[in-house]
Amino acid sequence: MTLSPAPAGTAEIPVAPREKADAPRPGPLKSSRGRSQALAAYLFLAPWFIGLFAITLGPMIASLYLSFTDYSLLSDAHWVGLDNYEKMFTQDDRFMASLRVTTTYVVVSVPLQLAFALALALVLDRGLRGLPFYRSIFYLPSLLGGSVAISILWRKIFGTDGIVNSFLGLFGYEGHGWVTSPDTALWTLIILHVWTFGAPMVIFLAGLRQIPRSLYEAAAVDGAGRWRKFRSITLPLLTPIIFFNLVLEVIKSFQSFTQSFIVSGGNGGPVDSTLFYTLYLYIKGFKNYEMGYAAGMAWVLLLIIAALTAVNFLMSRFWVFYGDDK
Amino acid sequence: MATTSKRVPALFRPAPRLVRHLLLIAAGLLMLYPLLWMVSSSFKPEELIFREPGLMPTSVTAGNYTEGWGALKHSFGYYLWNSAVLTALAVIGNLAACSLAAYAFARLEFPLKKMWFAIMLGSIMLPHHVTVVPQYIVFAKIDWINTIWPIVAPKFLATDAFFIFLMVQFIRTLPRELDEAAAIDGAGQWRTFTRVIMPLCVPALATTAIFTFIWTWNDFFTQNLYLTNSDNLTVPVALRQFMDSSGESSWGPLFAMSIISLGPIFGFFLAGQKYLIRGMATTGLK
Repeated sequence: MTLSPAPAGTAEIPVAPREKADAPRPGPLKSSRGRSQALAAYLFLAPWFIGLFAITLGPMIASLYLSFTDYSLLSDAHWVGLDNYEKMFTQDDRFMASLRVTTTYVVVSVPLQLAFALALALVLDRGLRGLPFYRSIFYLPSLLGGSVAISILWRKIFGTDGIVNSFLGLFGYEGHGWVTSPDTALWTLIILHVWTFGAPMVIFLAGLRQIPRSLYEAAAVDGAGRWRKFRSITLPLLTPIIFFNLVLEVIKSFQSFTQSFIVSGGNGGPVDSTLFYTLYLYIKGFKNYEMGYAAGMAWVLLLIIAALTAVNFLMSRFWVFYGDDK
Repeated sequence: MATTSKRVPALFRPAPRLVRHLLLIAAGLLMLYPLLWMVSSSFKPEELIFREPGLMPTSVTAGNYTEGWGALKHSFGYYLWNSAVLTALAVIGNLAACSLAAYAFARLEFPLKKMWFAIMLGSIMLPHHVTVVPQYIVFAKIDWINTIWPIVAPKFLATDAFFIFLMVQFIRTLPRELDEAAAIDGAGQWRTFTRVIMPLCVPALATTAIFTFIWTWNDFFTQNLYLTNSDNLTVPVALRQFMDSSGESSWGPLFAMSIISLGPIFGFFLAGQKYLIRGMATTGLK
């Protein structure tokens, strides 16, 4: 499998679908052949079209409608206008708590995770023997991190009698219930997220490979030191990949669910300190059956994610470098 | 890939290689320590698990495995089988539906192609929570709650658009001359797709299969939502129930079953890591 030619190519995936979409055509198509090809294309796409309308777009619109009702699965929907949204932002303390918790989680854990990913990628990129071995070790946690089993493990590692306390005990530190104390519970989830830095690390490694060696050679001729090469070549040329990872990890981590559910035992406690947004949405929609309210929360989530992504793209102008010769 | 040993002068080169290897091994051990500890704990008698933070058990028992295997209504093998059926169908669905759509996007011309392609890319980013409430309502109305269909059917409709994108990217790297040669030999689109393109797409199909397997095997949100009857539980939901029922005791058996639940992922990771890492590097997604 080949990589796209420039780092910019990898990162533009969500940015510029238009350019990607027109693949070079072999030549002008005769109209009858064109028609039969279009027919074939729609047949190939038939399952996707059904899925798009029945599983994605349809429910999306339905969800928007439901968010203006008090639907509960047990009774009919009544139009309530903006009541659900108003309640979220003015009366629902748990909603605000879930927003606060999730935002803290994203803002702290994503940069930390990416920093670890980048640092390890830089260390591994330098012609080190055994790269595939190390890469596998660091990558493995990111495949397991979303599982129930790992969340169970985390709950126990950071429990009152868990191994973290055992280790701290060696240094004479008094045990602390990391997951049962509202001050620290969220931090255990942040550590879990940072632990899964392997996935962005692999993407960084692929990006580092694309930087032409000639640049470093030229810089060496000019007498640049290692730090200077990193600052002036590696980092700028890597910014599109950093940006790409940032956008994705923000979107992904804002929707984290399993860790919060399992570590808190399903209620986001203690004192709502691990109440992730999606966990609260789940509680509202599928425990309390306030489905209109949950649908409204889902739309707010969509808007938040869209806004965060937009902010990321706006900010990217100031720090992401797309080489002009690419 | 093979050129790594000839790489550019290094950022950290002055550090002797041995030191760097030692540091990396130490970091790797730190990363894996929780996992290794869980493996080791699953073989320890209950009373030793939290008394010894070390990895080497002073006394080994398989009792946790036998106890955990039979702790719920059905044996744990029953839940493993449920998960296996669910993930196998999900993999088949994604392979079939996503490759069909990918072929159309990568090779065929049709009206509004750019628009549909943009919509497909956009749907990758869409949080699934925004569709889950109405989906649940519809699935409840047609009596699909406590069946695997709410999870499996969407896979046969190519709703995991990420894999369409992955395969489009891959098919574009294949030379067009292949299609043209097939067309000259009189092959229609279907024949070109099944006989020319798909056989060459094996790496992309492998990436799709492995990621679909791991994500479906791990997926707790959907399975917890739709599979609530004690006869239908899959591994993640069963584990959660086990955790709830055992409270603060019997961590040994719970760890043992957790290890078993991670086994298939670990196996697929070992068997297919080449495809996983290439797939991620290619698309930049995961």
